[in-house]
This record gives sequence, structure tokens and C-alpha cells, in this order.
Amino acid sequence: MKSAVLVFPGINRERDMARTLKLVSGVEPAMVWHADTELPKGTDLVVVPGGFSYGDYLRCGAIAARAPIMDAVRSFAAKGGLVLGVCNGFQILCESGLLPGVLMRNSQLRFICRDVYLRVERSDTPFTRGYNAGQVIRVPVAHGEGNYIADGETIARLEGEGRVMFRYAAPDGMIDPNWNHNGAMNAIAGIVNDAGNVLGMMPHPENHVDPAIGCTDGRGLFAGLAEHLAKAA
Amino acid sequence: MRPMTPKEPQINPALVAEHGLKPDEYQRILKLIGREPTFTELGIFSSMWNEHCSYKSSRFHLRGLPTQAPWVIQGPGENAGVIDIGDGLACVFKMESHNHPSYIEPNQGAATGVGGILRDVFTMGARPIAALNALSFGDPAHAKTRHLVSGVVAGVGGYGNSFGVPTVGGQVRFHTRYDGNNLVNAMAVGLAQADKIFYAAASGVGMPIVYLGSKTGRDGIHGASMASAEFDEDSEGKRPTVQVGDPFAEKLLLEACLEIMEKGCVIAIQDMGAAGLTCSAVEMGAKGDLGVTLDLEKVPCREASMTPYEMMLSESQERMLMVLKPEKEAEAEAIFRKWGLDFAVVGHTTPDMRFIVRYHGTVMADLPIKELGDEAPLYERPFVETPKLSVLSPNDVKPPLPLDEVLLTLIGSPDLGSKRWVYEQYDHVIGGNTVQRPGGDAAVVRVQEGPKALALTVDVTPRYCEADPFEGGKQAVAEAWRNLTAVGARPLAITDNLNFGNPEKPEIMGQLVGCIRGIAEACKALDFPVVSGNVSLYNETNGRGILPTPSIGGVGVIDDFKTSATLAFKAEGESILLIGDTQGWIGQSLYLREICGREEGAPPPVDLAVEKRNGDFVRSLIASGAVSAVHDLSDGGLLIALAEMAMASSMGAALDPEKGDVQRHAFWFGEDQARYLVTVPAKSASSPQQILEAATAAGVPACRLGVTGGDVLMLPGERPVSVAKLREVFEGWLPAYMAGAA
Repeated sequence: MKSAVLVFPGINRERDMARTLKLVSGVEPAMVWHADTELPKGTDLVVVPGGFSYGDYLRCGAIAARAPIMDAVRSFAAKGGLVLGVCNGFQILCESGLLPGVLMRNSQLRFICRDVYLRVERSDTPFTRGYNAGQVIRVPVAHGEGNYIADGETIARLEGEGRVMFRYAAPDGMIDPNWNHNGAMNAIAGIVNDAGNVLGMMPHPENHVDPAIGCTDGRGLFAGLAEHLAKAA
Repeated sequence: MRPMTPKEPQINPALVAEHGLKPDEYQRILKLIGREPTFTELGIFSSMWNEHCSYKSSRFHLRGLPTQAPWVIQGPGENAGVIDIGDGLACVFKMESHNHPSYIEPNQGAATGVGGILRDVFTMGARPIAALNALSFGDPAHAKTRHLVSGVVAGVGGYGNSFGVPTVGGQVRFHTRYDGNNLVNAMAVGLAQADKIFYAAASGVGMPIVYLGSKTGRDGIHGASMASAEFDEDSEGKRPTVQVGDPFAEKLLLEACLEIMEKGCVIAIQDMGAAGLTCSAVEMGAKGDLGVTLDLEKVPCREASMTPYEMMLSESQERMLMVLKPEKEAEAEAIFRKWGLDFAVVGHTTPDMRFIVRYHGTVMADLPIKELGDEAPLYERPFVETPKLSVLSPNDVKPPLPLDEVLLTLIGSPDLGSKRWVYEQYDHVIGGNTVQRPGGDAAVVRVQEGPKALALTVDVTPRYCEADPFEGGKQAVAEAWRNLTAVGARPLAITDNLNFGNPEKPEIMGQLVGCIRGIAEACKALDFPVVSGNVSLYNETNGRGILPTPSIGGVGVIDDFKTSATLAFKAEGESILLIGDTQGWIGQSLYLREICGREEGAPPPVDLAVEKRNGDFVRSLIASGAVSAVHDLSDGGLLIALAEMAMASSMGAALDPEKGDVQRHAFWFGEDQARYLVTVPAKSASSPQQILEAATAAGVPACRLGVTGGDVLMLPGERPVSVAKLREVFEGWLPAYMAGAA
């Protein structure tokens, strides 16, 4: 696995992400500056981490989506390269057109940091092969704008094509508005693009990989990716 | 074209008064410089000599605080305190208030409070790894309280979340004495290499002084002076003195500063906090026995035609002043440009110990640099000791309601109810090192890859301090020490944030003096020195002072975080032991206040020898793996602590009848100090009996209290209380209140 973690000014979970990638794959990721125009040679996974790129002073992710490095990411994705966006990374991918929809303010209009339960919808993708379909995992969220919204046609397509990877759920896996903390449509926590090689998700699997922190449910995502890329290599 | 030197107003008594300088203080200025000051100089004096910056009322008494220990690298006097935590690492921490701005403009006031304290920590070369805060609000029924809670919490969260530091703990309380004068005390904790700490003292003559960070605007002018005056109805008109925070700029400043420190570019560094450019430049020079000359036309400004006076007094945020190694200047500049930050050489050091401020060559101020700080007024203000209150007997308190009703009332009260609504607005997991999140006795944050961890807490019980400042001061320190102990940490040092009313009133001064004495006594007895701190006075509105609130931020170390203890019950059938003596101290208890509507009597005394003995015993139990759950006893007493342990685990307990001849309500809700609850697992190395015997041998009072299990708290002779009901009430009040429903 030769991953590249994008660093925009104001991003703040790049260190958490790099540490997790190193922990799970054994390989130190490259940190790629927003003003660069090329990804390191041989990159097989691009990760857009969480934070507040450019302070989120415009719409979240809107400025980062127009940073020089994003052209390279778009062409990498167009060739089928794997791209993972988490939290602000998800917002950036939506703003850059790599994923449909938008992340609006949480329905309660407050930032929320807590552990949530996610139902993994599919296990036959590079991102979710570390899990079983229907499995419930516990990972933290930390965002003010995680309320996924798209037009009816887009939602219908996402659902029809099985592109919802994670949904907010009760601990038993049932979809329940009481467990959908940000009000996302169809309890959507993470989706992929139509080619299936770009994943965006609001929760932070990278913060639940270490037994020291009390939960390793996020590890499957990175372990699955590492396994997939090892096989592909 | 050279702009005209701005015309400055004539100095007159009204102008002097507007600058918060008393007539005798102005005389002191005249004597010091031998002439009338310029307008810019008057502004500089007002910045340096206000209460906030000069500690003129408290300095004399603060000298009594113990600040030394073998593990202390830097005590008070720098941007933050520094302690050695082993393995070549240092913990850098401090707590500071941002009270007045947070009342006037809660969101920005609280945000910039967080920004300021984070900057204090990374100025010293440390990457912030945790933030905490202590918030005091007025009566929930007061018309402004909800607005203030909402704004302050959003401000604290908004800044810390964006900056990227986990906010892992704190306190939130409500009391009518904070109406119109809420408190925001923010603490930051950072990690640095013990041999790479950066200080403010400049060295070398002719060294360039570099301005870094955001541009200077007109915000915050006279902020520190505002914080040194009482409030009245017109205070909200002071909104323009509140700075506006930019956590994005601060994050960039952090990364850029750490990068140039790493590259060895920095000789001295000082953040621009209260009193901005003035205070930082003077401190760098004075600490290094050097003069400083500033050329203000080089200061990056946000607004056109700012005057020298405004530039010297601006409290715009996210700015730093540095002395760089001349040969590394270009490298440092490139790093700052990369991060999109301003970089400008604005002056240089001189050999003559003068602080000279020039604007396009015209001298606007020429003052003796040492005396600006050293000759600040020092007051030994008159004080009267707070009269001792008599001890309230449980017999003087009305017979209790059924205990289950008392328990539910207390657990759902504003001070004891869950603060989840607050801490969920703070990112407390970023960094991936938060081993114990908010809600326990102390937060536990892993150090790098571990196994070492830091335990962090903020504590004070203002109602005790009001009733008896000396005992209250002791108790605040003891409570912090106890909370660190309860997670298994070795308490190392504290930062103190002393919030009081108007020190010109002898009664208020008596509170300050009493609390400082109590803090000093506890710190000495517990080997728990003060390494940094902040004093906030004049917390009064319309002549009424706040409750004396000396917030204590405690830091401890755990050698292996896997051995740290948590308060949740772990398994059914475990014996619950109570460590420490229960006399049933009802005076100033929450039982008395919330159930009986009385705030009376002497607060529980703290016997520091007993505190140490009991705490050391509990810490040894944790270290040896003999106990599975640990919780300290504080507000609300024994039954509240049990309820908290039950809720944390969704497991109940069957309790034995109360011990001795203590009355029932006093036994379960008294607030005697130096107490802990522990549970003993079946597979423990020591049986409950062996632990009780060891306690007796160590001179520690201990008794069996009951056994874990089931889903209710069973009290002999009372109705059982389900843990689910407890949680519903516990979690219920604050969200309902904030939604306008309670």
C-alpha cells in the first residue's frame, strides 16, 4: 500500500490518518501538500483527511476542492485509483465533484462528537471487504456539517446501485432516526462514486484502530484496503 | 510619500482615568520618566500596569505559593509551566481566564480564550495534546444564562475543534452569583522535548525582532484594561474591545512555529496575548536585559491608517513576536510564507535597556524597559479575613425525603446533571490518544505511543471557598489531587486560575488571600507545586462579586495507561468498599442547597495528612491491580458517587445499611473529604477482607458498603432506584434546559 495523505491548510486529522495507515499497513504514507500538482509516483491510495480546510470559512470543502493537487486527484480517480475521504475529506470530495450530494449542517445545528454505530451495507468493495455485510461497527463522529443531502434522483441512484456503504444505525443494526445524529437522508454515513473507487464518509474510522483507545472497529476498513492493494500489486 | 505623524491627544486627568490609571499611579509614571508621557506612552503604561498584566493586587500574596519540585522545569513567570514527565519529555500547561469578554460576546470571548491559552503552550515549543475548561454560569432562571451557555460552548468548541486539539475535560456550574459575570477558564496541555523548551528572553544586541502570524487590526484595544474593571449595565457597549478569533490562522501559526523551532531558527519567542505588541516586546527585552526598538510602519496591518497607539494596544489574535537567528531568517521566512502567514522584521534589540517605539522615524515612545514591568504598582491591599461559620449539625437539617427522591432530585440538578450536551460539542477524540473521555474523574491522554499517559482535571468548589476561603482553597487542590489519584495517576503539578471580585474591597481581598493560603498549604502537603497561573479580579457586576473561584488544573502521570482506573462497575458480585471516614458533613453540601434550599455552615474541612494517606493507599490498590473500579467522592456525597458508577456501567448495586451512628441523609449525602469508592473483582490478588486489613494497617478508614449487580440501586429500607431512571434524569436536565423546556 503506497498511500498519499493530502494536507490542506487547516486540515487537522492528517496525523491521526497517517498514524493509522502506518499502524495497519506498516508503511508510512506520503504527506502531499495542497499546492503540489502531482501525486508521488506509484500512489495506490489517496486519502483526504478530516479537519477544517481553509478554516471552512466558505462552504466546507469548497476551497480545498479547487486546490492545485485536486486536479491530480481527479485524474487519479478517473483512472480507477482508490480515494478515501473522511469528514472534511468527504465534504471536499463532494465539492470537487468526485462524489454526488452535499453535507449540510447537522439537523440539531450543533457540532457533535460521540461514538456512533454504523451498519456496513456491503462487504464486496475494496473499502469494506474487511467487514461483513450487515455488520455493525462503532466509530466516532466529530462534525458540525455531516447531514448528507442529495436530490431525489441521486438518492434513488445511490440506493439502486448499492452505493451506500455505511448507514447510521442503532447498536442492533436497525435504522432508527434516534440514532441518526445529524439527520442525514436515508441515514447515509458513507457513499462511493459510480465506479466504486471513491469513498466518502463522515465518521472517523482512523480514530478506532487501537485497543488502547478501547475500540478497534475502524481497523477493518484500512486492513481491507491494505489487503486489496496487496493482492492487486 | 511619508505620512504625517499622527497628532496625539493632550494628556489630561480624564484621559488618564479613561486608561484605568489611578491618580497616584499616574504620579508614579511622572516620577519614573521625569516628564509627561505621550499618548502612546500612556497607552503602553495602561497596558502594562493594569491588574490583568501586572498582578498588582495579587503579586504580593502569590509569592507564598510553592513552585518547586525536582520535576519542575519552569515555574510561573513564563508563557506556561513546564514539568518533566520522564523519557526526555516535558508537559507544558497553563490555565487562563477570559471572563469579561465571554460575557460581552460569549462566542468570540470564549473562542479567543481558548486560542490564547493554546498559543501560550505552543509558544514554548510544545504541541498541544489536550484542552480543558471550567465554566461558571449564572442562575439557569436568569434571562441571559441560556444565551451565554450556548455562545460560550460554541466558542470553546468552535476554536478547539478547528485548531485540532481534543477537549477532554472540565467543569460546568451554575449559581446566581455568576449572573452577569460568567467565568471561562481555559486550560491547555502540550508535549515537548524536555531539552527543547523555548523562552521569551531575547539575547544578543542588534538582533532582528520578527512579527509573525495574522495582521494587526483594531480589535481588542484596551481588552486587558477592560478585564481590570467592574461591570455595569453599559458593559455590553464594550463589545468592540473583544477580539475575534481565527482558529484557522492559529493552526497555521502552530505548524509554522513548530517547524521553525525544529529547524533551529528561534532564539526567543513570545506570543502576543493581553496587551499585544506592547507586552510581548517589553517582556522579550526585559527578560533578556536588552532594550527594544520597534518601527511600527513595518507592522502588518489589517486596516489602513492605524495609529501607533492602536498598533501598540491592539489585541488582534494569532500573532507572535520572535528573535530569530540572523543566519536562519530566510529559512524561517520561507516556512511562514508557505503557511500563508505574515512575516516582517519590525525592530531590533539594543544594548541600552530602553523601549523605543518609532513611526516613520518619529519617536512615539521612549521608556525604560525594565521598569515598565518591575516598577508596576504593587499593592498590599487591606483585607479582612472571612469570618468562620459555625458547623452545621445534621440535626439542624430537616428530616430527609425518601432517599430515592433525594437521589433523583440531586442527580438531575444543574450542577450534578450530565454535561454531555456541552462536551459533545467538543471534539474529544482527535489525536487518537484519548484513553478516558469526559465524564470520569480525570481525563487520561496517552503520551505519543504510550504506555505513559497524562491524567488531567480541573476542580474547585466555589461554595466552599465562599464559606471559608482557606478551607476552600485547600479543598480545590485536594480535589484535583484526588481526581488524578482516582484514575491511578501520580499527581505532579497544578496551574491555578484565580477568579475573584473587586480586590479594592477588603472582604474580597480577604477571600483572595485566604484561598491563596489554602492552595499553598495543600500544594505543600501534597507535593503538588503551582507551575503557572492567572488571576482574574474585578469579576463584579453592579457591585456584587462572584463566588470566589480559584480553578485548579491538575496534571498527573500514569506509567502505563492500561493500568488506569475508571469509575464504571466492571462485573456483578464485586464488593464495594468505601475508603475514608464518613462523619456526615452536611454544611455547604449540595443536599443542603438543592433539597433544603439553604447555603449555610462551614464547608467540610480538609485534613491534608489524611488526604495524602488515603489517596496513596488507593493509588497503590490501583497499581497492584487489586481494584476494578475507582471513583472519588465529591459534590453530592456517597450516594451520588455510587449512582455515577452505576450509570457508567448500566449496573446496579445492593447497599448495606449505613455505618455507625451517622444520620441517614448525612451518611449518604454528606460531603466529607478524602474519600473514594473502589470495587474488588473476584479474581483480585487481594480479597475485600485483605484490603480492609491493609487499610487498617495503613491507618486508612475503610468499610464494606455493598455489592455490585442487577439493574437497580438497592438501599436498605428504601424503594429501589433503577439505573435506567437515574440515567434518564441525569441526562435530562441540560438538553431540556437548552431547548427552552426546563
